Amino acid sequence: MLARLRGRQDVNLWFWVFVGPFFAGLVLFIYVPIGWSVYLSFFEAYNTVTPTEFVGLANYRDMLTDQAFRDSLLTFVVFAAFIVPTTFALSLLTALLVARTRVMQAFFRSVFFLPVACSYVVGALVWKMSIFSGMSSGAANALLGLAGVSPIPWLSITDPPWYWLVIVSARLWLQVGFYMILFLAALQRVPVNLYEAAAIDGAEGWQVFRHITWPQLLPASTAVLLLLLINAFQAFDEFYNILAGFSGYPPYARPPLVYLYYTALGSGQNFGDGSAGAVILTVLIAAVALAQTRVLRLGGRD
Amino acid sequence: MLHERRRHAVLRRSLLLVGTVLFLVPFYLLLRGAFSTEADLTSATWHWLPPTWEWGNLAAVFDNRTVPLGRALLNSTLIAVSQTVGVLVLSGMAGYGLARIPYRWSNVVFWLITVTLLIPAAVTFVPSFVLVSSLGWISTLRGLIVPGLFQALATFLFRQFFLSFPREIEEAAALDGLSWWGIFWRVVVPNSGGFAAAIGTVTFIGSWNAFLWPLVIGRTPESWTVQVALSTYLTAQTSQVSLLFMAALVAILPLLLMFLLLQRWIVQGVERTGISD
Repeated sequence: MLARLRGRQDVNLWFWVFVGPFFAGLVLFIYVPIGWSVYLSFFEAYNTVTPTEFVGLANYRDMLTDQAFRDSLLTFVVFAAFIVPTTFALSLLTALLVARTRVMQAFFRSVFFLPVACSYVVGALVWKMSIFSGMSSGAANALLGLAGVSPIPWLSITDPPWYWLVIVSARLWLQVGFYMILFLAALQRVPVNLYEAAAIDGAEGWQVFRHITWPQLLPASTAVLLLLLINAFQAFDEFYNILAGFSGYPPYARPPLVYLYYTALGSGQNFGDGSAGAVILTVLIAAVALAQTRVLRLGGRD
Repeated sequence: MLHERRRHAVLRRSLLLVGTVLFLVPFYLLLRGAFSTEADLTSATWHWLPPTWEWGNLAAVFDNRTVPLGRALLNSTLIAVSQTVGVLVLSGMAGYGLARIPYRWSNVVFWLITVTLLIPAAVTFVPSFVLVSSLGWISTLRGLIVPGLFQALATFLFRQFFLSFPREIEEAAALDGLSWWGIFWRVVVPNSGGFAAAIGTVTFIGSWNAFLWPLVIGRTPESWTVQVALSTYLTAQTSQVSLLFMAALVAILPLLLMFLLLQRWIVQGVERTGISD
């Protein structure tokens, strides 16, 4: 009806008045850079963002045969193997605990949610300089000292690789509250009559969770898992801030974005390789994201 | 059975308390560090509370010449505020246009917007850097702000929201002779405050806490955001740990306040942006 009140010219004009500014920006700042980057990835480009010499697929071959690039993918796999299940379990657990509590529910929810306000830089700072500082004045070492354990240099040794504990626990603290909120929202959508029916049938505790709550949480769980995976793929902040020091970043524990950062923007400024790497990572992550949209039916017609 | 139920309740409560303590410990450590003297903080004996409270740290972080924290706070505020306002206006308008104006190619435009959701911004930092540097925007506020104004997710969510907006009100306004523009600003916007608050708070938090992009673009101390300044502080050789904690405290204080005051909207924003079903 709205449309019938307006002429077609009017419709075209107003559509672009509303959508034009956003769409133009999106094209300029998303489509153009990606296009340029794909173009650049076929060229030699050191210290410059204008291509110098056409090299075909050489940059892609460089990247795929580069041990450091493959290591970065392996680092992601290890990181995801740690962070995805632990975050999933902890955020589900906190959501269930908070949802069941009757006293001070808002307080408990806030406590777990509050770290979401902290940046990864601040989290990394507390983890690196306070909790896991290698000195005996660090919180973890002070606590271990009570048990007679001598100070552990958490970040300066690779055997055993304690740095994983530091990095994974930091991200856990920072992101559990976020996913807890998603689970809480999903829990609220579980129809109350299902619980009532279960209670009449005499179902208790674990049985209720297994047969009522969990199946109802399945869509949310799938979404959380994929979000966790995509976010783990993009990990940069805590790795950079926890592991980089005044002597630079150590050669190990470089996830894809850290690797890309040092390849494209480090001393080499190799934009040809960097662009090729970005294209490969974009394709990888888009594949995961596509799986996500399949599950979420994002962008589906309504 | 009753006995078992009580045992469960006790277990739940204890888990909740242990979790609460663990999640608050980092905040405690941050506060403890921020008000300690350097000597107390690095001494081998553990102090639960600073033996002497060092209030001078607050003035000292703003006095530091190598890390211009005041300037960084100003930059972060400018960036977060303009990105929040910008995203709300740009995505709000675009979302409305896509939801309501029956343009022939509307579906194609919508598809072109949503397909970029598959490509997370973090992965495109190399191509975006290439573009921004050829525009000559390195180390400028423009370079820090403008590329973050075009959030496909926000537009997508606004469209979904406007689709559920009651049509009758808009039709009545159209009969009264209001144009699309008038309907949007005078009828739709005043009734979308809650949704805009949810998207706005989440955008603000993301903008304030952003790190990779400001690190890549802000190459001079004058263009550092709070996060980049902190990070530089953290990875530098000669840093005083107590000042580091104080700087971090200053950096998170605005957001902590916002969290306590606007939590309702933030929770809604997280729910909307996390799972859009």
